[in-house]
Formats: sequence, C-alpha cells, structure tokens
Amino acid sequence: MQIRVNGSLETIPFSLSIKEYLLNKGLKPESVVIELNGQVVKREQWERIVLKENDELEVLRFVGGG
Amino acid sequence: MEDKLIIGGQELESRLFIGTGKFSSHEIIPKVIAVSGSQVITMALRRVNFSNEQDNVLNYIDKKCILLPNTSGARNAGEAVRIARIAREAGCGNWVKIEVISDNKYLLPDNYETIRATEILAKEGFVVLPYMSPDLMAAKRLEEAGAAAVMPLGAPIGTNRGLMTRELIRILIAEIKVPIIVDAGIGRPSQAAEAMEMGAAAVLVNTAIATAQDPVQTARAFSLAVQAGRMAFLSGPGAVQEYAVASSPLTGFLHK
Repeated sequence: MQIRVNGSLETIPFSLSIKEYLLNKGLKPESVVIELNGQVVKREQWERIVLKENDELEVLRFVGGG
Repeated sequence: MEDKLIIGGQELESRLFIGTGKFSSHEIIPKVIAVSGSQVITMALRRVNFSNEQDNVLNYIDKKCILLPNTSGARNAGEAVRIARIAREAGCGNWVKIEVISDNKYLLPDNYETIRATEILAKEGFVVLPYMSPDLMAAKRLEEAGAAAVMPLGAPIGTNRGLMTRELIRILIAEIKVPIIVDAGIGRPSQAAEAMEMGAAAVLVNTAIATAQDPVQTARAFSLAVQAGRMAFLSGPGAVQEYAVASSPLTGFLHK
C-alpha cells in the first residue's frame, strides 16, 4: 500500500505500526517527532497506531537553528 | 544587586540567548552553552532526511535550559502555529520563537503574519517571543496580542552587521512594556554590549558564535559583553556633550 512520507509517496507493507515503520527505516524512535494526517502523535501511541493506505506521515526532528 | 529578567513567569539570570544553528559539530554546543551561562536556547524543526540521518540537537542542550523552538520555515501564520504546536507536543515546553519569513534574500520577517500567529499561540498558552522588523506599531500589536517579549532584528539574519536598526530599536525600548530582545545581526560582542547599554532586556546570538574560529571563547566574550552592557545601562551613563568638558581642573596651572 502507499502512504505519503515527508511529502513523497512510499510503498510500505500492510499492518505496520508507526514504531515498526521507524525501526524499518533505521531511525531511533526517541529522536523523532511524528505528525500523522496533520495531528501530532505522542510517542506512547506509536506502537498502537497502524498505518493505513493514503496516510500522510511527517517524520520530523529538532535541528540546530537560531 | 538582584537583576533578573522575567519572561513567561520564569526568572532568568543570563540575558544572552543562544541559537544552535551553523555549528560545525553538535559536540561544540554543550561547551558553548556551559561557558556562556545561557539559559534559553533556540532550535528548529525539520523533516528527517532518510538518506542522511543526523542526531537530534536536543541531546546536546543542557536539560536545565529553556528550549525556544523557532518556527523557521513558516511562510505564514498558519504554518507557524502548526510548527509551534508540534514542538510543544514533542515535549519542548511552551516557549516559542515566532519566525515567519517569505523573503529569501534578506530573510526579513513578515510582521503582519507574525502578529496573527502571536495572537493565536498566546491564547493557547504559549510563551510567545516573536522575531520582527523593528516597527513601533507592529511591536504594539504584538504586545496587545500577548507576546511575552518582542525580538526586533539588528540586521538581517546571519550578516554579523550589528545594530543597523539601532534608532528604531531605541524607540521600541522606550515605548514597549514587554522585554525587548535584539535578535539577528549581532556579529561582535561590542554590538551586544551596545544593545544592552541601550536598555535591551537581552540579546539572541547564533551566527556570530557558531561561525567564529573559536566558538567557545566567542560565547564567553559575548556573555561578558552582555553583562558589561547591562551593568552600564543600570549604572546610568553620563550625558553626551557637544563640546569638550575638561576632566582635570581648569585652575592652578603651573604657568600662572
């Protein structure tokens, strides 16, 4: 199925949780911030929420800035 | 003498805010923060680049510091509000530096959109510190909208050109009740000291420290300059005169 991640279309397996998606990507989940369909998703919910077709996922992190 | 800066109910001893952009490595950041004594630190929120994953900058900021995420990248009030909400949800606390820019050449802020974002976020309980072009009416609107401080630019971001806007900042300091924090453009400790002597409540410095050959020593120099400038302001500098006024007595000369 397809979802949009950081603005780009991506094909991912079915029934993947947010946490599994991040781990598959090789990301340390504690270092990112997640917005799903325009709503911030708290870390505690990442294991529970399963990605669906056409979801819009933003994977963000804090970087240096002034 | 006790001289604390109070913003959003927080008492601050340091009047030097530091930005974390442009450092050659994240490892320098904790040293810069420690040596400067800075208590308010800015950072930005960006999309993860999957092909070039980097550390989260928050791992390099002392937990005792107040985090001041900026809304850089926002081109209008709506985008700034969205970034602010994400940062708060991510556990950054409730301080936010509003930065709304759609001019890529000079990176000058959009005061109108900044006022709109300030209104919304202040109502949501954020401690809002808007970055703005120094304009008295815009600063008044920001104050009315609930800004906890107003942050006029000294010169365009990253230029190290100093207090190009000094006369306008002077007016804001005289007329605006919330603290005035000079943000952007300060390139030398002497310029930070000048802002503080003028009565600015604090300064925010990033590029000047991050791009110096020795950022840690530069951070210390800025910290001393800010303290010196503040002390000079509180001490009430003597009047400026048009003509010479002798410092030595004008009587009892040896040739008389």
